[in-house]
Amino acid sequence: MLKTIIPFGPQHPVLPEPLHLKLTVEDEVIKEALPALGFIHRGLEMLANIRDFHQTIQVVERVCGICSMMHAMCYCQGIEEIMGIEVPPRAKFLRIIWSELHRMHSHLLWLGRFADSFGFESLFMQFWKIREKVLDINEATTGNRVIVSVNVIGGVRRDLNSEQMRWILSGLSWVGDEIGRLETTLLSDYTVKKRTVGKGVLPKERAFELGAAGPTARASGIAQDMRMLGYSALDQLDFEPVVETDGDCYARGKFRFCEVLQSINLIRQAISVIPEGEMRVKVKGRPEGESFSRIEQSRGELFYYIKANGSKNLDRLRIRTPSFANIPALLGMLPGMWLSDLPVVVLSIDPCISCTER
Amino acid sequence: MEEEVIFVSSDILVGEVAKIKVKGFRFVTMSCVELDGNTVNILYHFDKDLMLKHLRLTASKDSAVPSISSVYFAAFLVENEIQDFFGIRFKGLVLDYERTLYLDEEVKIKPFCRYTLEKSDQKEPVTPKNATGS
Repeated sequence: MLKTIIPFGPQHPVLPEPLHLKLTVEDEVIKEALPALGFIHRGLEMLANIRDFHQTIQVVERVCGICSMMHAMCYCQGIEEIMGIEVPPRAKFLRIIWSELHRMHSHLLWLGRFADSFGFESLFMQFWKIREKVLDINEATTGNRVIVSVNVIGGVRRDLNSEQMRWILSGLSWVGDEIGRLETTLLSDYTVKKRTVGKGVLPKERAFELGAAGPTARASGIAQDMRMLGYSALDQLDFEPVVETDGDCYARGKFRFCEVLQSINLIRQAISVIPEGEMRVKVKGRPEGESFSRIEQSRGELFYYIKANGSKNLDRLRIRTPSFANIPALLGMLPGMWLSDLPVVVLSIDPCISCTER
Repeated sequence: MEEEVIFVSSDILVGEVAKIKVKGFRFVTMSCVELDGNTVNILYHFDKDLMLKHLRLTASKDSAVPSISSVYFAAFLVENEIQDFFGIRFKGLVLDYERTLYLDEEVKIKPFCRYTLEKSDQKEPVTPKNATGS
């Protein structure tokens, strides 16, 4: 059979950001895929070296808009570890509340795009309608819909009063009810299943071998969630990672659907036990040393390596995002697959190229 | 959380990584830091049951470092990234972009190095003594 090389991307309707895959196909079956990156590389790790370590928070928030809160949180956590700063308990809970809101709107955005990838436009609009409520909560509590910019080294810059917390809870009730209405459609509809069940299968052993992260790993049966580390206030909340075992596109969709509900539960728990007190501590001095900071971003494990030399600039800030880790896993899913299934499978890892390239 | 850091040399690196894989560790990523004009630190990060283990290799910029992509395929992407940014060469890389993962072919500088100016007609990297810029 004659082999043909087909380019997928960098511009493609299913891709919100440029990723190029060079596909070797036989007939309509993919035999091999090679990625090409570098279309939106911005050099943010380098920029972090020439900014003050406080200003770097604004730099890392712009690695990715959708998970800006988590990037800043992971960075602050790393600097706080180097400087031996103990964040006030209230700030730890506030960080969890905003980070889970971020996870919710990221997953809802993805669920909409997932529906869009197999042509289910009304489902796409329903998920994005629900996401708007989460963005409203972000805007009302932080002043911004997406880049909320609440983290500072030593805590958070904004607080929530009891009235705001009640309003958040009522908003989350609405979100939970609305998502519940879509459960049957997303998980039981014939068309959805036809396009997602058995597509882009990544078995557990292969996911481990390829270093898959986050939903891509957990939908393949690997119970690996950085929230199990108990960072911030998570050690005081009841948390069990969501795990699916089929490792296909359907499992990855179902997984994210369940994680939205789990995030609602975590926010409710956090609000019910959040202590009174300060929201930040004053930071004196400059960091010197190195740290490895990890948190669970909406797409998986986020890893920061920070090396500081006691000056206002860092020696090195290395950011490993989950999308970067999931590229080899994606390459492992593609061989043997039909070309027509490619958009759904590529989208199923939730590729964020801003994160990947930084 | 306590983390284990093990210092390794180039000649035992791949063997150590293979042992780590057999023990059931997941490859997380690698980090590279420039120490001075001639040397870099490469850290290999692994995870098992939420515990991190790191290998730390000090390498000279002008000698090739053994690639671990034959042990952990997932390492090929980050090794290519380090090649782009620091100019370090990885020997035995399963998929070698030859410094074009992010950069264009005509780019000769190593963005993360202090002394990296290398003229297109020069084979040897410019040392700090005769560097005219970065």
